[in-house]
Amino acid sequence: MITKENYKQSLKDYQPKPKYFRNCLKAFMVGGFICLIGQGLTFFYMEMFGFTSKEAGNPTVTTLILIAALLTGFGLYDKIGQFAGAGSAVPVTGFANSITSAALEHKSEGIVLGISTNMFKLAGSVIVFGTVAAYVVGVIRYTIQTLF
Amino acid sequence: MIMDFFWAFVVGGAICVIGQLLLDIFKLTPAHVMSSFVVAGAVLDGFGLYDKLIEFAGAGATVPITSFGHSLLHGAMVQAEEHGFLGIAVGIFQLTSAGIASAILFGFIVALIFKPRG
Repeated sequence: MITKENYKQSLKDYQPKPKYFRNCLKAFMVGGFICLIGQGLTFFYMEMFGFTSKEAGNPTVTTLILIAALLTGFGLYDKIGQFAGAGSAVPVTGFANSITSAALEHKSEGIVLGISTNMFKLAGSVIVFGTVAAYVVGVIRYTIQTLF
Repeated sequence: MIMDFFWAFVVGGAICVIGQLLLDIFKLTPAHVMSSFVVAGAVLDGFGLYDKLIEFAGAGATVPITSFGHSLLHGAMVQAEEHGFLGIAVGIFQLTSAGIASAILFGFIVALIFKPRG
């Protein structure tokens, strides 16, 4: 007798098990490398333009976003993503990639209805959750600060 | 300087490993992982922990998407000091504006110029 439950169970035997260690190692190397480039850019902006380490954050992120958008345009970022998994999705470059690839994917539908309306199809959730979370935490923290 | 690079690599890589484990073990989609990380960044900053991580790891903490949540809250708190509760909404995008604006701009330009592949 095949029920929904034991069907799922019997399927499990035939599904490939993810290679946990190998995937983590790849994510670590690629993610770490992207942060390494970020650190290099931070030092570059501090040296060349006399920014403090905090001020250098914005130009660093902007540069990484530009690189990621271009790599997505050339179709290279998706190849890195297939190899690195979370290693290329978690850094801010993954955010830029999700915006650019969604925009490119819908290019054929036009500039307004295709590119512009679909741009935030994937990245929208990041902005929504980030804003809601920051708002809630901000209200809580400000309330505690004013009370005590 | 060498140690700065080392810790940026290790901490940034470690955050990505957490993301990879969420993908593999809990079968989350990348969008779920990114959303959770942004929320985690905002919550950690709420306890004042994320600033310590940035001091320690530099770009290892500012490049992962968790720093987006941290910057959202930071901007909000700076304005909240001046304008009270209204300030939270005023300041929330103050620090992240450069990232969002450039992601939209570059994404738009690239989508105009390049052809979709794959």
